[in-house]
Amino acid sequence: MSGSLRRLPLNAGALVVFVLCVFPVYWMVLTAFKPTPDIQAETPVFLPTSLTLEHFSAAVKADGFWSFWRNSLLVTAGCVLLALAVALGSAFAVARLRWKGRRGFVLMVFIAQVAPWEALLIPMYVIARDTDMLDRLPTLTLVYFMITLPFTIVTLRSFLTAIPRELEEAAQVDGCTRAAAFRRVTLPLLAPGLLATSLFGFITAWNEFAFANMLIIKNQDDRTLPVWLSSFSNVFGTDWGATMAASTLFALPVLILFLVLQRRVAAGLAGGAVKG
Amino acid sequence: MTRPAARPGTAAGPVATATAPASGPAPGPTPAPAPAPVPPAGRRRAVPGALWPYLLVAPTVVGIAFLLAYPLVRNLLISLQHYGMAELIRGGADFAGLDNYREILRDGEFWQVTRRTLGWTAINVVLIMVIGTGVALMLQRLGKRMRTLVLSGLVLAWASPVIATTTVFQWLFSSRLGVVNWLLARLGFDSFQDYSWLAHGPAAFTVLVLLVVWQSVPFVAITLHSALTTVPTELFESARIDGAGGGRVFRSITLPLLRPVFGLLLCLEVIWVFRCFAQIWAVTGGGPGGATTTLPVYSYQVARSLHRYDLGAAAATLTVLILIAVLVLYFRQMFRQEAEL
Repeated sequence: MSGSLRRLPLNAGALVVFVLCVFPVYWMVLTAFKPTPDIQAETPVFLPTSLTLEHFSAAVKADGFWSFWRNSLLVTAGCVLLALAVALGSAFAVARLRWKGRRGFVLMVFIAQVAPWEALLIPMYVIARDTDMLDRLPTLTLVYFMITLPFTIVTLRSFLTAIPRELEEAAQVDGCTRAAAFRRVTLPLLAPGLLATSLFGFITAWNEFAFANMLIIKNQDDRTLPVWLSSFSNVFGTDWGATMAASTLFALPVLILFLVLQRRVAAGLAGGAVKG
Repeated sequence: MTRPAARPGTAAGPVATATAPASGPAPGPTPAPAPAPVPPAGRRRAVPGALWPYLLVAPTVVGIAFLLAYPLVRNLLISLQHYGMAELIRGGADFAGLDNYREILRDGEFWQVTRRTLGWTAINVVLIMVIGTGVALMLQRLGKRMRTLVLSGLVLAWASPVIATTTVFQWLFSSRLGVVNWLLARLGFDSFQDYSWLAHGPAAFTVLVLLVVWQSVPFVAITLHSALTTVPTELFESARIDGAGGGRVFRSITLPLLRPVFGLLLCLEVIWVFRCFAQIWAVTGGGPGGATTTLPVYSYQVARSLHRYDLGAAAATLTVLILIAVLVLYFRQMFRQEAEL
């Protein structure tokens, strides 16, 4: 009794933190589903009695919505796949092979990981202009690839070093080539690491705003979702229902990926896939 | 982000070097003393084994060279040229020496923006670290069910895309029908009835601070929490049995354990908040009246609105120089922690 009483302030604090974390997201989703009269009520409606899909249809019907979605998806997927492929090679070289210049390479990757990207907006713009890469989605893919690559290498490397190389060596003793040993033994064990890094790469690229805003100017159809969403007041005016519906649709892929992958990633880390 | 897996990584270092020579005789019966880097599949491919590592890292090196190093150099170059609209279209900018730096350092607005950026960074980082640490320590004490609840809330806030939550905050703080104004008016602060947050400098600044703190605390709290969970609970228990009070346990066990992670997080947050652009640009665009213009926003405005790419590049270079001071601290901390790279 006294124990639970003593824990009361602690649990109350925990509840406050939970509410502060969840409320903005809850409010976004709620507003997206709320009928317009409820949104415009002088006293906010926290638990609606009826829900509507009209805001979602307004958002989806907005000019170019689907092409912005497609653009974002293409750029993000391209960046994640490219970064994963390139990072896998580098992470393998760093974690498994001994070579001259390895330390220098790792240091370079660490520095690149905290590169001040916002300071590179102007030269990137000038370079893209010079090379006729302005207003093109592949340019964004390349930039995002570079932003996510260092982090992907660092994370994959630590996942790789956590997998005992004796497993690979055992497969090699059993007659596998080194490449086959890597593919059949290490790669499956690396799956949680690959999922985790692609998840973070996806979030970074899906969210990126500054470069998308700087490098796609003339061709408005080639904009990505964050840029479009940031200019919502030009699109929806003060129609908060439609704005929140668009925000929800923008947040949805990331939240779904997080929910689906997070458990697997966590399970892979905690369960110690190597033990079994 | 790299925390949980970093520990086994360092442990695997000596193991790896110890087993490398042992795998030498396995691929071939050649009695010759094998060189240190073992080329296992080397005889099957045309590429000699010693070249493999370099081929594997080549795409990364090329990427960093062209997409990071070159733009950095180009930025420096532009900052030393007269580079405006005409040069952008025609090309052929001429050398200006340090004129741009002189111009920008003489500009009162630049110094004002720099001071504001430092203040912005200090306020945000202190709030983020204090709240993040508080939440992490709270998580450690909570019961299992409450902890799961709070953790899932943190993950939800952390996973929410920046621009989406930026838009939501604009709705929360909207002057008409915004929940925050309604709540403040309900609590008796009648002046907040239909208060226009984004039209007043300090208020707009406050909204941005709340937004960035809200977006950043979950990462700090979750990282510190997972650092705390790697500590065996016996350590805390035995300290308690030895008669250490709560404050003593915190000072003697929790704090020393958290210090390295804390240092890394502090540096990362300083960098992130200092560089913060998207939130500021999307919510206020640097306004009202420049009240929320930080260095990245300033550099962007100078380049895009005034077409003074040279001045913008000079401001960006100065931004990088300020950040490098923080980065040096960051790397010192990191090398101390990861003895072997």
